Amino acid sequence: MIDLPAIEPMMLWLYAGVLGLLIVASLTAFFLARSVTTDSGHETVRNLNARIKAWWVMVLVFALAFVVGKGLTLVLFGLVSFYCLREFLSLTPTHPRDHAAIAAAFYLFVPLQYWLLWIDWQAMLTILIPVYAFLLLPVLSVLWGITDDFLARTAKIQWGLMLAVFCVSHAPALLLLDLGPHRPIYLLFFLITVVQLSDVLQYTVGKLFGRTKVAPHVSPSKTVEGLVGGGLLAVLVGTGLWWITPFSPLEAAGMAAAIVLAGFFGGLVLSAVKRSLGAKDWGAMIEGHGGALDRMDSVTFAAPIFYHLVNYFFAR
Amino acid sequence: MIAAIILGLTRFLVGGTGLWIGCAPSTRQRIYFANHSSHLDTIILWAAMPPDLRRRVRPVAAADYWGKGKLQRYIALKVLNAVLVERKGGSSNPLQPLQEALRAGDSLIIFPEGTRGLERLPGSFKSGLYHLAREFPEVELVPVFLDNLRRAFPKGSLVPVPISCVARFGAPVSLAEGEPKAEFLERARAAVEALA
Repeated sequence: MIDLPAIEPMMLWLYAGVLGLLIVASLTAFFLARSVTTDSGHETVRNLNARIKAWWVMVLVFALAFVVGKGLTLVLFGLVSFYCLREFLSLTPTHPRDHAAIAAAFYLFVPLQYWLLWIDWQAMLTILIPVYAFLLLPVLSVLWGITDDFLARTAKIQWGLMLAVFCVSHAPALLLLDLGPHRPIYLLFFLITVVQLSDVLQYTVGKLFGRTKVAPHVSPSKTVEGLVGGGLLAVLVGTGLWWITPFSPLEAAGMAAAIVLAGFFGGLVLSAVKRSLGAKDWGAMIEGHGGALDRMDSVTFAAPIFYHLVNYFFAR
Repeated sequence: MIAAIILGLTRFLVGGTGLWIGCAPSTRQRIYFANHSSHLDTIILWAAMPPDLRRRVRPVAAADYWGKGKLQRYIALKVLNAVLVERKGGSSNPLQPLQEALRAGDSLIIFPEGTRGLERLPGSFKSGLYHLAREFPEVELVPVFLDNLRRAFPKGSLVPVPISCVARFGAPVSLAEGEPKAEFLERARAAVEALA
């Protein structure tokens, strides 16, 4: 499966652009860190730095995945799923007797889902977790005979598996789509770029001009102004990337808008989940580790939506 | 080499971060006492220490588990540098190997509940900790709470699952002049519970 593609000029331009952007972002954060004095300012810089660090990792991963191919991309996304699931279940109080169900989630369904991607079994990819895991997990827990909080306990593991494995795996699943002359890896690039830019632009615009909070109890940093301003900017960038996709500029704008909206609600829903567990950051409660879900929350919602839209309207 | 593999696997699956809340890591002689819910407890506590302490602090481990197979024995003796003790019957003084190690200046890790529990909070302590505290008053007694291990690798399960575990180190407790055994043991247990 390792076929080295000739380095396409398109990819070079993209990479030059992304690297330039990242260097500018890193320098800005560096100088910001020296000039801020307030606590909330430090908090903002800390938040931006965490994002920038994650982007450097993503860019490296992308470069590697592009050169080495599908196998490595799948392994890397498999690890992302693994870490997100670990983070989710670490914060979610399960019962020790859910051990068999949790073991099945990690050791059976994570590898199985990515193996389905490897062998290109698209039909099974979309039902393995919603059907088979959904039914098997409560069976594994019920055998222990403990009924306290049974529904809540089972639902937690099912949610973890859906978000961290099913949803996240739809990003690399883009690679399976047959788009004729277009290489699907560019769609993955499109998705991740729009999601990440949308996240940070909404945050930045919200910090600068935000007045009206969307859901103050869920996520105080999400504002209507941020969503509209940052979202529109991200749609603009997505539209500008139409030439790497099978979309027309107008279609690219529509796809980017779908990604922005799905990502926004992904962040909002996962914030609510986090707060119901008593945490502010996914990373903060797992001392010394974590934070993977903080970066992936919008991807979990945007990836499956984008996958299905592309599959329905553009794949052969 | 084996130590590096075990440490790598531990970090990958269950994390094992150490949080020094009530005291700082130190090479002075100490007895770390922790709640016990999993066979992984020993490894997590070991992994939670800074590297220089990892080589010096010796976990006290049950001979009937850690002395059983060849691999367990190798890990217990060569990697963890454990003090193996018999839990049932046998010698008249089960504390003897611990006393010898303390006399030689080693620090120890012990699980005063004696056996693994299913609950999150520790059950009642056996009296070993009291006897050691009385015999070695100069040794610091540091309470440790191990969180999430009963979910990561509960009693009766075959494999650990990837759930992040942490070890929280509390402020040292000491035996007061003339303090009755039961009172001291309950105070020590509460010190572990307070870190939960």
